[in-house]
Amino acid sequence: MLDYILRRLALMVLTLFGVSVAIFLLLRIVPGNIADILFDSAGMIDPAEKQQITKDLGLDLPLVEQYARWIGGLAHGDLGYSYVSEKPVLDEILPRIPITARLAGLALLFAVCTGVPFGVISAVRQNSWLDYILRVFSLLFLSMPSFWLGLLVLMAFVNWFGILPIYDKAPPTWGAFALMLGVPAATVGLRSSALIMRLTRSSMLEVLRQDYVRTARSKGLSEGAVTFVHALRNAVLPVITTIGIETAFLFGGLIVTETVFNIPGVARFLVEAIRWRDYPMVQNLVMFIAVIVVMVNLIVDIAYMFVDPRIRLRA
Amino acid sequence: MAPVLEVSGLTTVFHTRTGVVRAVQDVSFSVEAGETLAIVGESGCGKTMTALSLMRLIPMPPGEITAGTVKVAGTDLLTLDEASMRKMRGSQIAMIFQEPMTALNPLFTVGRQIAEMVSLHENVSRRVANDRAVEMLQHVRIPAPERRAREYPHQMSGGMRQRAMIAMALACKPKVLIADEPTTALDVTIQAQVLDLIDDLRKELGTAVVLITHDLGVVAETADRMIVMYAGRKVEEGTTKDLFADPCHPYLQGLLASVPRLGASGSQRLREIPGVVPSLSDLPKGCAFADRCSSAIGKCLEAIPPLEQKRPGHSAACWVT
Repeated sequence: MLDYILRRLALMVLTLFGVSVAIFLLLRIVPGNIADILFDSAGMIDPAEKQQITKDLGLDLPLVEQYARWIGGLAHGDLGYSYVSEKPVLDEILPRIPITARLAGLALLFAVCTGVPFGVISAVRQNSWLDYILRVFSLLFLSMPSFWLGLLVLMAFVNWFGILPIYDKAPPTWGAFALMLGVPAATVGLRSSALIMRLTRSSMLEVLRQDYVRTARSKGLSEGAVTFVHALRNAVLPVITTIGIETAFLFGGLIVTETVFNIPGVARFLVEAIRWRDYPMVQNLVMFIAVIVVMVNLIVDIAYMFVDPRIRLRA
Repeated sequence: MAPVLEVSGLTTVFHTRTGVVRAVQDVSFSVEAGETLAIVGESGCGKTMTALSLMRLIPMPPGEITAGTVKVAGTDLLTLDEASMRKMRGSQIAMIFQEPMTALNPLFTVGRQIAEMVSLHENVSRRVANDRAVEMLQHVRIPAPERRAREYPHQMSGGMRQRAMIAMALACKPKVLIADEPTTALDVTIQAQVLDLIDDLRKELGTAVVLITHDLGVVAETADRMIVMYAGRKVEEGTTKDLFADPCHPYLQGLLASVPRLGASGSQRLREIPGVVPSLSDLPKGCAFADRCSSAIGKCLEAIPPLEQKRPGHSAACWVT
């Protein structure tokens, strides 16, 4: 087991290396750097100054050297300075992490806590009107882009309640606090919830046909025990894997949702950094997200081993 | 002695889009404590559906038990509400299935699955239930039962899993054990061991065993009495000895003739029954076997033959014999 985890960690390093190269190159392929942007759009600086900025930031160096500098710094815990604010990247990112982490965690929690039970209900009541309704809604939520959904949610709030669940550092009441966190989290998590619901449903239908479910019934167990003890535990195995994959997708939704709801988290910050071609900021933020996604997937795989003895005992 | 399992007029149908499938029709039999009754027939003749009807494990809908009684020690299972029926399953009437590879839950240890049965029906502590699980594993002759109880199904061989299934089914000492093709998925050598085990436990615990199989060799070795099913109906019943020596129904005659025999010359073709079983959703008006029967007469196509006593303790449903 320890062996397995070590092997996985080694693979993680490889994955992160790939991500670092990809994000580094992608950023340089995108036309323009910070000096161009300052020069072109704002007209704030003259050509000589532009040359100087490019040189100061090391943007005239060969790509390999630029990459080596970044990774070298990263290895020493030096994330560099933001081109825009000129503050250390770490100081910029750190205070924003808890905001995004809380939102992402809540979104995932929402997705699992709604997706799995509705999936089970849908499977147990297969082909009932309840099943049809759940399936139609899940398909709807799955097909809805999250920026549009976010706007719809905002509009609905304004229309019906006359308020906006806007981010506030110190919300006045507990209700406002719950609203402020819950609404964006549900907006981001809805897609994952729909996906998890559909997956749980199909997996559950598959499992309910298995011989061991019939065996469980033949023992005299109640339908509840058969469904939740014997069937569900088998049915969540593919769902656990999906949670890992969904974490990556979640960040895509977070970027949009943080923007729509004006939440000062990491994801929205990333978009701004990209707009300014703030290389150190973007590179390190993407690496940070990649580390989280990879870690979540590792945790998911370990969780999988705990649930399924066939995997655990082979590893 | 009063029979511990009494089935009479059991009829199970399935409502499907293409019509009503008559899986079990008017089947009656009884089994005494400590007796083995075999239900014989080819695939699709309603053996397993009969067994599942006894346990009330037919998926409803589309299935429905439309008539009959199933009495276990005098209690009619078909009139019980679901909660009372659950109390009967496992404690009074238990079942083992054909596929030991898939019949146990892959995520729980074998010991836990047996202990679950015990704690469900008996008011005992978890510890007692676990001890009983180990005891039952020992009872079904699994070596190192303490260790095996902590293992998962995938760590065991097919034969051992089937023993574990038997241990689970008998953990609460049910009055009736239904064994649905318990050895079909196993190696021949393991088959004999498992059959011996069921037989020994039957003698020891006085369990009534309903053995469902298509293997006439298994029947000859283990069953006291047998019933033959064809297209959802019982067509012949009697002691195993009688039926093997002197089958009345042309179907059983055909089945017995198709069994390969040692000493038969190698060039001789195995005898088979021509034709196929009719569809259960479109049964003929007369005898369901008439189409395949070499001795069929006009009457066979007109009316379903009633089950009548041909000899003492031996009845068959055939107009001709």
